[in-house]
Amino acid sequence: MKIAVLQFGGSNCDYDVQYVLTEAVGVDADLVWYKDELKGYDGVVVPGGFSYGDYLRAGAIAARAPIMNSVRKMADKGLPVVGICNGFQILVESGLLPGALMTNSYPKFRCDRVNLRVDNNTSPFTNSFKKGEVIRIPIAHMEGNYFAQEHTLSELNSQDRVAFRYVDEQGNATSEANPNGSSENIAGILNGQGNILGMMPHPERASENILGSKDGKKIFDSMVDYISSF
Amino acid sequence: MQYHAEVTIGLKSGMLDPEATTIQKALEHLGFPTDSLEMQKRFVIELDAPSRDAAQSQVEEMCRRLLANPVIHNFDIEIEESG
Repeated sequence: MKIAVLQFGGSNCDYDVQYVLTEAVGVDADLVWYKDELKGYDGVVVPGGFSYGDYLRAGAIAARAPIMNSVRKMADKGLPVVGICNGFQILVESGLLPGALMTNSYPKFRCDRVNLRVDNNTSPFTNSFKKGEVIRIPIAHMEGNYFAQEHTLSELNSQDRVAFRYVDEQGNATSEANPNGSSENIAGILNGQGNILGMMPHPERASENILGSKDGKKIFDSMVDYISSF
Repeated sequence: MQYHAEVTIGLKSGMLDPEATTIQKALEHLGFPTDSLEMQKRFVIELDAPSRDAAQSQVEEMCRRLLANPVIHNFDIEIEESG
């Protein structure tokens, strides 16, 4: 099994994700430069950072790079794809996930630990959590304000495609617990097939005890289990 | 034929723009109260196309595929012959 961690100019969480996959999770993970061929991989992580300096819109330029066509093909085959932070922005800009990520409602770069509620625990990324479980994973972003039109939001809800919501410690999705103004406190969503996850929080920064939380590692562990059973 | 295109891209009406709201507040602090303030992006493009219609449809395609995000943006295109 081998997982690809994409690298665009300006990606900066690429090495962290590769480290977590190889050292904490224990699978092979290659850094794949956006001009190189994406071949022979069983899953893809689009990591965080500031691809192309967030020029035009966060994720807009990377989303149009030819390597994203290969990501689309892998996703069509059912292989798992996860986009983290800027990676989530790239996935929405590429149309692989619905909606858009806009400037935080209070227009400030938010860097903090947040509580997330696992609303879907049946996806390849979330099936080792309990439904409704509150987990702690850090965020670090300026454009994390998830927006989608009414009909998209109701589709996400009715199809159980909201993976995570920002909540307080008790698991309530309050406006105080919402760090960026996201519609319905949405922190992470799934595609229709359930094999693409986009999330603003950084699970790779919560994958070892020394970092204060290992909740994020479960997302990668689940992804690996899913690939093993594929 | 050479064409000059000006593309204006803005958020769809009713969408909140925290950046514009912050600027509006700063203007207020300077003594310029305003009823509304929107921020837009403008692209000025020179291009070669066989006809005005062809130039128009090329620029529309640019907007749909990259310059605008159809989920949140409207765009407006003005085209004239140049050179």
